[in-house]
Amino acid sequence: MRLFSYGLVRALVYGVIGLVAGMAVTMAVRAALGLAAWAAAPVSATGSIVGTLTFLWGVGAFTDWWSWARGAHAAEPPHHHRDGPEWPRYLNFDPNHRIIGVQYTVTSVIVMLTGGLLALTFRLELAQPGMQIMTTDTYNYLMSAHGIIMIAAILMGVGGMANFLIPMMIGAPDMAFPRVNALSYWIAVPGLIMVVSSLFTGGFDTGWTGYPPLGVKAPLGAQFFYLGVFVVGLSSIIGSVNYIVTIIKMRAPGMTWFRMPIFVWGMFATALIQLIATQFIGMAFLMVVLERLLGMGFFDPAKGGDVVLFQHIFWFYSHPAVYVFILPGLGVISELLPVFVRKPLFGYKWVALSSMFIALVGFLVWAHHMFATGLGMVLNNAFMVTTLLVAVPTGVKFFSWLATLWGGKITFETPMLFVLGSWVIFLIGGLSGPTNAFIATDLYVHDTYFVVAHFHHTMFGGFVFPFFAAIYYWFPKATGRMYSERLGKIHFWLMLVGFHLMTIAMFWIGLHGMRRRIADYDPTQGFGPWQTVTTTGAYLVGIGVTIFVINMIRSARRGEVAVPNPWRSMSPEWQLPSPPPDGNFETPPEVIGDPYDYGLAGASYVRVAAPSAAGH
Amino acid sequence: MAAHTAAHAAPRFNKLALNRLGLWLFMLSETMIFIILLVTRFVLFGTGMPEGIEVDQLLGLVITILLLASSISAYRAETAMAHGNRDAFQRNMLLTIIMGTVFLLAVVAWEWPLAPHHGLHLQEGFGIVFFAMTGMHAFHVLTGVLMLIIVYLNGRNGAYSPESYWGVEATVKYWHFVDLVWVFFYPALYLLN
Repeated sequence: MRLFSYGLVRALVYGVIGLVAGMAVTMAVRAALGLAAWAAAPVSATGSIVGTLTFLWGVGAFTDWWSWARGAHAAEPPHHHRDGPEWPRYLNFDPNHRIIGVQYTVTSVIVMLTGGLLALTFRLELAQPGMQIMTTDTYNYLMSAHGIIMIAAILMGVGGMANFLIPMMIGAPDMAFPRVNALSYWIAVPGLIMVVSSLFTGGFDTGWTGYPPLGVKAPLGAQFFYLGVFVVGLSSIIGSVNYIVTIIKMRAPGMTWFRMPIFVWGMFATALIQLIATQFIGMAFLMVVLERLLGMGFFDPAKGGDVVLFQHIFWFYSHPAVYVFILPGLGVISELLPVFVRKPLFGYKWVALSSMFIALVGFLVWAHHMFATGLGMVLNNAFMVTTLLVAVPTGVKFFSWLATLWGGKITFETPMLFVLGSWVIFLIGGLSGPTNAFIATDLYVHDTYFVVAHFHHTMFGGFVFPFFAAIYYWFPKATGRMYSERLGKIHFWLMLVGFHLMTIAMFWIGLHGMRRRIADYDPTQGFGPWQTVTTTGAYLVGIGVTIFVINMIRSARRGEVAVPNPWRSMSPEWQLPSPPPDGNFETPPEVIGDPYDYGLAGASYVRVAAPSAAGH
Repeated sequence: MAAHTAAHAAPRFNKLALNRLGLWLFMLSETMIFIILLVTRFVLFGTGMPEGIEVDQLLGLVITILLLASSISAYRAETAMAHGNRDAFQRNMLLTIIMGTVFLLAVVAWEWPLAPHHGLHLQEGFGIVFFAMTGMHAFHVLTGVLMLIIVYLNGRNGAYSPESYWGVEATVKYWHFVDLVWVFFYPALYLLN
């Protein structure tokens, strides 16, 4: 069957078979032990774990390792020189970093659309006081799923940018461990399926944080949510091993640490956080699952457990995680600004080190999510101080961008518009941060729409807008074609206006006491019109993203063929053909200057041997 | 043409150095799992042992000695491969596998069923962390033993040589890591009082 030659199809079929087989075996074991054969929670838990493994087996993730284990000789991952169309590679277990980067990015957009649709659905309910179109339970399920699905989408997007860019930017042929790299993408797919399927298996009403005891009592969907996040976490960890080793060991000759592109610095800091912190959310969620399945009372005071312990373990990942989301995005801003301003990046070294400093301080601030938990004044004050420290390295980045813009010859193509947009949005996000960092004001705005607006500002400014900027900017590199500038600009203005309508209304009613995560509110509070504004803004964002998707699909198929270096960038990836061949550089490029010396006479960053085969 | 010659040129990267760094980073990440479990144990039950818990001290001592001894034999197996002594490699590898398996069985098949008699219950009290910590460690011992078996079989079929034995090195390093974890878990579960 020809359909079976696509890894994705094979993986899905094998995955379903594994799911059913795992469930059947569990039921047989239960029956043999004298228990009732059917119990939804344990049966589906083992089923989904077995299904994840057979999914990976089906896609071909284990083929090489299995033959090694049986004693075959180690081989380098095959590099494809197939004729015919390239698109089947995107549906298969392919070790090439460029393919994996596109796989991650497309997955990220699909998952983001899913999470966005959920938000648009429950925003309809919130537009007016009173319950119109759904029950409060449904609202809770949609709201919780929106949170975690968007976070998963962001992790996929980070993986996409990292995989596509790191090897080309540092002049390497590929990642250090190409097969592990492909595994890190493909293991995320069943994880994402599990997270989304939580909606169809009873949902979970805990919010994305999944705090016990509510998380222990939540419907079966919560188990899929916890296990799905655990699997996506595995993907993050093995991905970050790859990024760190690649960046440390595989830089081109002459590329010292302080000649690396800023995006690579951002990814290095990100990968360090992911490597160390992801285990914490994995363990926190694993312990809740064990409490649900086996009754192990980690977080149950009646059994000798401690509820607050969960919050500590959970936030020890989940605070640094926001830096996982934003550091690559801030790297994209620093990367693109000099190109569109035609000026060197101001204070390169400080910007590079500020990412590392954010990663370090990020580990020391987690309890600022717990000011209302009751840790006592000493701890609260300590965490307030460390939290405010984050403003220092972030400020370094902002002033660098401002100084880079100063007096530059700015052009306003779509990627640059998104960079400038994220600059504004992230600034508002940053300025609304201290309100949450100061204990006194945080106790007032805690659990209100003010926090929701602040968080969406940091995510849109730190990830979503830079991510779109990156997609537009490197679209010609990935496809060899140009996107539609007109649709891109419509996308940008719809997103910018829609987003601010959404959050300014949220800030306002948040300060006036609108609680977050509730399905309904008292009409006499006068929040109705503001909620309508927020919903309108959300739909404008939705329309903008739809236009983006149309633009991408049309341009990838029939767009104008792109010129080799449309942005006149000095970065190594733009000295390659588009799309680049497997192995990227025929001979390693040589770094002979600083990365951002735009507008300086005679400046040069890398020397790349011209491709020998004319006309790729 | 150029691609053809590039394929035959000396490799640009030291694959062994990449592998080593990758393994260390992986173990650094894994360390966090065990730190979280240790923290959980100390947060929930302080630095002592709750009333009414009588862990099997003799068993704990014996399996600890066994596991530490298996690290020595694993090291000897790796060194033997580095010197091309295949007999010593196989002998020490087999010894390591046996000691690892005995440790695993002693924990899972002996100690766990008896635990309720010592006041250790899966669902409440000190038993929660006891089962969680020994369970997570036993899972890592299991993966370690499986890899040791694979490396032993491949080694017997001549897959490694003194010039190229990364599979042996990686597995033995991982085994040392699993042992090191137990060095911290043993006092936290058995000795503190």
